[in-house]
Formats: sequence, C-alpha cells, structure tokens
Amino acid sequence: MAISFNLNGSTVSVQAEPDTPLLWVIRDEVGLTGTKFGCGAALCGACTVHLDGVAIRSCQTPVSSVSGKKVSTVESLSADNSHPLQKAWIKHQVPQCGYCQSGQLMSASALLAKNKNPSDADIDNAMSGNLCRCGTYNRIRAAIKDAAAEMRA
Amino acid sequence: MTTTRREFLKSGALASGVAVLSMYVPGFGGQEAQAAGSLHTPNVWVHIADDNTVTLISHMSEMGQGVHTSLPALIAEELNVDINKVKVTTAPANPAYVNGLLGAQITGGSTSIRDAWEKLRIGGAQVRTMLVQAAANKWGVDAASLTAENGVVTSGNGKSATYGELAGAAASIPVPKEVKLKDASDFRLVGKAIPRLDSPSKVNGTAEFGIDAKIPGLVYASIEMTPVIGGKPKSFDAAKAKTMPGVIDVVAISDGVAVVADTYWHALKARKTLKVEWDLGAGANLSTAGFWKGTMAAEKTVAPIKIRPDVGDAAGAIGGAKKVLKAVYQTGLMAHQPLEPMNMIANVQGDKCELIGPTQFQQGAQGQVAGLLGVPPENVTVRTTYLGGGFGRRVCVDYAVQAAEVSKAVGRPVRTLWTREDDMKNDWYRPLGMQRVEAGLGADGKPVGIKFQLTSQSITQALFGLPKNTLDPFMVEAAVAPYAIPNTSHDLIIHDTGFRVGYLRAVSHTMNCFANECFMDELAHAAGKDPVEYRLSLLENEPRFANVLKIAAEKAGWGKKMPKGRALGVALMEGYGTYMAQVAEVSVSGSDVRVHKVTIACDCGQMVNPGIVEQQLESGVIYGLSGAVHGDITVEKGRVVQSNFNDFRVVRQNESPVIDITLVKSSEKPGGTGEPSTSLIGAAVGNAIFTATGKRVRSMPLAKGLKSA
Repeated sequence: MAISFNLNGSTVSVQAEPDTPLLWVIRDEVGLTGTKFGCGAALCGACTVHLDGVAIRSCQTPVSSVSGKKVSTVESLSADNSHPLQKAWIKHQVPQCGYCQSGQLMSASALLAKNKNPSDADIDNAMSGNLCRCGTYNRIRAAIKDAAAEMRA
Repeated sequence: MTTTRREFLKSGALASGVAVLSMYVPGFGGQEAQAAGSLHTPNVWVHIADDNTVTLISHMSEMGQGVHTSLPALIAEELNVDINKVKVTTAPANPAYVNGLLGAQITGGSTSIRDAWEKLRIGGAQVRTMLVQAAANKWGVDAASLTAENGVVTSGNGKSATYGELAGAAASIPVPKEVKLKDASDFRLVGKAIPRLDSPSKVNGTAEFGIDAKIPGLVYASIEMTPVIGGKPKSFDAAKAKTMPGVIDVVAISDGVAVVADTYWHALKARKTLKVEWDLGAGANLSTAGFWKGTMAAEKTVAPIKIRPDVGDAAGAIGGAKKVLKAVYQTGLMAHQPLEPMNMIANVQGDKCELIGPTQFQQGAQGQVAGLLGVPPENVTVRTTYLGGGFGRRVCVDYAVQAAEVSKAVGRPVRTLWTREDDMKNDWYRPLGMQRVEAGLGADGKPVGIKFQLTSQSITQALFGLPKNTLDPFMVEAAVAPYAIPNTSHDLIIHDTGFRVGYLRAVSHTMNCFANECFMDELAHAAGKDPVEYRLSLLENEPRFANVLKIAAEKAGWGKKMPKGRALGVALMEGYGTYMAQVAEVSVSGSDVRVHKVTIACDCGQMVNPGIVEQQLESGVIYGLSGAVHGDITVEKGRVVQSNFNDFRVVRQNESPVIDITLVKSSEKPGGTGEPSTSLIGAAVGNAIFTATGKRVRSMPLAKGLKSA
C-alpha cells in the first residue's frame, strides 16, 4: 500500500506493506543509508531517527505508524557538517568505525531539542540506549556538552 | 619496488616476533594495481590523476582504528602533498599489499603502523623522486636543483609543474631502489594529532559501509543458518516463503537456506516461515561444561609444549620456598559483535565474481570464493568498504563465501545481511582457557620460582593449518611476564574443544595478562607488600615497564584513601611492542562492579598520530571492559545460548569510566596500539575488586565470577 510521510522536510510516498519497519523503508525504498541496522530489536540504537521530534528506534517502528508524520534522519542535520553537533563530533574526534554515530547524533539532537544544558545524568538517560562497540562514549559526552553550549550562545 | 618489498617482508617478519603464517596464498598474475583513464600509478601506493587529484592507497581496511588517516599520512609525509586534499582508498586484493608482519593481506594484529612505518614512507619518497625526475627530464635540469612541495615541483628559475602534470611521465620512470627518508626533526605529519580524514563522512551519513553499498540489479538475501555451527540443511519446505511478497527464490547453501527477495525486509520476513530439517553435524552435543571438563582432562593427558625454555629449576625453587601460592585462572568464551552485522555483496557472473563489503582479509575472501567457484583467484575482485567494526571477526570470511554461494545459485548480484542473532550464534569465538600458576616466595617476599601452565585451544591450527603439537604464538601472548624471577617454567597444553574459534581483539594477551597480573597481586599481598612497589622491585632491568607503571600509579593517585567498597587495582603488560600500565578505580556493591576511572600510561614508541593512539587506547579499555566484567558466551547442545544485546551485555554510556591517558614520548620503533589496552583492564579491575572486597575473583567475566567467589 502507499504510505506518505514527511522525511527530512519533503513528502515521500512509498509502496510497502504496513508492517515494514521504517528503517528498511528509509534505507531500501527511499535510499537514505545514513540510518543503520544493528540489532533489529531496539537494543543498540543504530537505527535512531526522530518521529515528530522524538528519538525512536526505526527498526521497531512499522511504517504504517508514521503515515502523515514527520521523520528526520541524520541526513537532516546538515550535508556540510555545519550543525553544532556535527561540528562538536569532529572537534572531539568522536567517530572511530562510525557505524553507530548516526544513531548517536540523532539521540543527542533529540536530547538537545528539549534540554539546552544537559547534565551528566541527563546524557546517561538519553544516550545509554545507543551502543558503541568502539567505546567513543566519553567523547560523545564531551561533544554533546560542547554543542549544547554553542546552541545556547 | 619489488626488491624493497621483499626486503621488508623478510626483515619485518624476522624483527617483529609475529609469526609468519604458513597459509594458502592465492597466486596472482603479478601485475601491480593498474589505474584506468587519466590516472597514473607511479607505484602501488599512489595514484595521481591529470587533474592533480592524488589518491593514496591504504593496504589496511578502515575499521575504526584510523588507518585511513595514519597510513596516508606516512605516504604524504614523504610525497609532500596536503593530506587534506588527498583521496584515500582501500587496496584491492593483490600480493603487493600483503601485510609483511602477517604474511597475508590481513588487517589485524595491531600491525598496520608497524608494517607501514618504513614501507609507506619509502613508497611516498619513491613517487616524489620520480615526479622530480620527470620534471628534471622535461626541463633539462639536474633533479637535485628542484624541490617538490605541496603537490608542485619547482625550479630555482621559476619553472613549476603540478604532480598531475608530471604524473604521466613519472609513471614510466623506473622506481628508484634507494631513497632518502626525512629525519624525524623534519616530520610535518608524523607525530601530529591530525584530525581523521574519515570523520566528516561519518557524521553526516555519507560514509559507505558494506550494508550501504549498491550495484545495479542488487537483490537481498537472508539466510536461515544451521542452529549448530558445522551443521547443514537436509531438506526444507519453502512453500509459504515462495508465496510471500518480493520473494525471488529460496536456495539451499552449505550451512543454511537463503531466501532471496527484492528487499531485505521481504527476504527476512519470508525466511521466518521456512521449515528446515538439519543435519546438525559433530557439534550437536557440545556444551560449555564439556569444554571445561575436556580442558581439565587435557591437563592430565596431553604432553605440554614449552612456551620458552625453562630458566633454572622452578619446581625445585618452589619446593624449597618459604611460602608457596597456587591458583587456577579461567577465561570464558567471547563473541566479537562489531555493530555492523556480517554482510557482503557477491556478483557471480560466469567464471568471475565481484565482492563488495567489509573484510579484514581481502586475500582470504578472494581465495575462498575462488575455491568455491573453482576459478583462479584473480577472477575474484574485492572492493572493501568501511567496516562497521572488525575486532578480528572479519578476518573470517564465511559470510563472503555464503554471498557467493547465493549469487551463484540465483545468477544475480546478491547482498547477504545477517541479523544480530545470526551474528551472536555464528561467530568465531575467542577460545576459553585456563592457567594453572604456582609460585614460591623467598624470605624477602620476592618470588624465587614460578610455574605457568596454559591450557586452551589453538585458533591458528583451526584457521591456518598450524601443525598439531606446535607452539601457536597467538596462544601465549603475554604468557611470560617481565618480572625478574630466577627460576621459571612456562608450558602450553593445546586442547581442541571442537567449537569454532577465531582471533578476537588482543587474542590471548587478555587471558594471559589476567592470570599473570592478578597472580602477581596475590604474590604481593602474600608478601605483605604494596602491589605497585612489589612490581617495581622486580622490574629493575625493565625501564620501559617501570616507567609506565610509575606514571600510571602517580596519575591515578595510588595509595590515596578510598571510601569503603572502593579501591584501585593495577596491571601492566607489553603487547605488540607497546608497554602499558593501567590503574582501575572500582567500587563493588554485591555482584555489581562499577568502574569509575581508568588511568593509562602508554609507551608505544614513535607515534604516527597521537590523537588516534588515544582513541585506540580508550576504545580498547571499553571493549575489554565489556568482556572482562559482563560479556559471556555459553553453549548448550551445540547452540550458543546468547542471542542479542539483551543477554550479551556490553558497556553503555552510563557505565563508561573516565579514561585518563599519558602517552610517553619515545623514539623507539612504533608499537601497535589497536589492541593492547583491551587486555589489562580485566586484571586491573580484578585486583581492585580484591582490595575493595577481599574476594579474589579468578575467572572472567568478573561479575559472574564474583557471584561464586
């Protein structure tokens, strides 16, 4: 069936069975591959996107449930790395293999959208669902604080 | 180039202490990598296009360890180009790109910098020399009067030409055998923390991992794999699957049944409806309990191999010692679990095959797929994407062979992609192992003799055909501790559990460092000495060890007063030519182990990129901590019990300790840094647990061990 939703500011209409996870619609139907597949069970956070501004796991979200709503992926931050989070990620040299970082960035941007000055506990709460097997956690923490400071300024 | 490469292969192998693996290395036509169109290839490391685009070739896969920055920096250092204006690509499968320290085109063993250190600087200098000679020929002047800077050759009298303008002519000049390399004082890139070249694409979604690669006509496969590793499908019923949306075909392969569909989701959904009858094979009754039983039995029945010749008379010295300590340490099975699941594109067309995806072993993927198809290795090409983590998992290329099997069966380009559960249950696991250790202390409390006996499984036998009853160097890493002990005996007992094993980050360093460094703490406590002071008293002839130990202890505030239930623990180790000490600050509440801070002092010799070194040390600590405290793989009825990140626990953001790193300035030859920090954390945390609780945990994972301690 045809399902329409807003993806990164544009309306997309896709042909997919209603139970198809949003992740695979974004990757295989639309062709935006920044959003990753890691566990298929909402345990790793690699597939994190925003649904109406809230961080969700797209591997566990049927595409039927996003009909008419706003979905944002890592590609929405900026293509030229000008978003404060992207700048901070580069400044702190966060990525190693990089596979989890799209999800990390989307969890971080959802956090900063509602919390302009997150504490360590706030960061723990918002980010502990995003696994990083390369162990970039401390740099992620520092980068979030840096980006928050820039966004407050 | 050939002479130089052979020389490096020879000298590298001899000097490294790393075994040169005797293994199947597919033959190759002998041609160097050839560029098409306007690209010129002066040697195998550099392509220069007419438009002055410089592409530097990394012979190592980028899996997070930063080689797509550090290796190009070595070439660019001598080539004199702007590192931020070059392109970087991973080499194809080709003998020109063999890792001299491993004897095969493998990314692993913390060898990238050690292998590349001279070879890539020579490669860069050769091309610079050829470009300068091309300009000298063109202008009819002496090459010595010209300079090559920032991608341009200039003469004293105002003539200049870009590398792109000279590359065509340079490519036909013979590759110089002798080139002069820069003095360290002239380095502009080496030793600097230049930002990683791959960061920009990894923060905006454009970095291409295996899962992202596409080619025309690509279809997707999900494979129902044998529930017991080594099993195979006997028969299957795909009646339902074939009626499902998008399904193209269902085919049996060696170790499973593949559903091929127009999208990955269609393939996965249809896979779940398959009914398969399995021949479970020889592994059907394997279990963790059986592995330990067999390991302990092997201690009594298998003749030990000497890890190194005995020194003095350990048994006699221990027999006459004032105090004797005996202990048994155990380390369990472990899975790699990089975040990007196993995947590969294979496109079998006639007697040719194209592979695209993440691998640490291009030559292995090429050779094994060629073997499957019965074609010469050069008929199989390998394009390596970024790897979403490797940790040794992608040295094994079973997933590439599967992709080729499926592609051949359906006659189309296919991407196979595993689920997390597939990954968890079909890994090549770090083998379990146990160390029986024994020491005698003299009147001064110092050890007079030590016996160390490791019983574990040989990965190198299983993967590369190392003959039985032969010392496998990848089993005995860090088995011999650096302490001055007059009588020593180090034995290895190899026991094949029948379970599938593979190389996991830092390999046997982790289990051996855990046993040696926890036991050293036991000796210190038995002698009534401070663990740091005790170690230092045994390291008088080991200045690099003593130095890192002193630095880590001081930075961690060793000896400071701690609240009840909280303590520091120390460990040190040399691995991959890198000397390291770690101090872990740990609190324990019940069986809950919390690591607050890890202080590291590291002497890894000359550094190419200290920023990446720091990243790697941090990474190793977190990866090692996950395995040391939590990660546990168990086997029942031949099946791996764990399935996903719910029951295979890894460290998350809220558990990530503060990591404080001191890098020792050194001009010693470079050591490897991708792995060693992984191996100390288990012992450092174990020693802290003892000081905090009085409980000596002698098994990893520690949280499980603490429950029964």
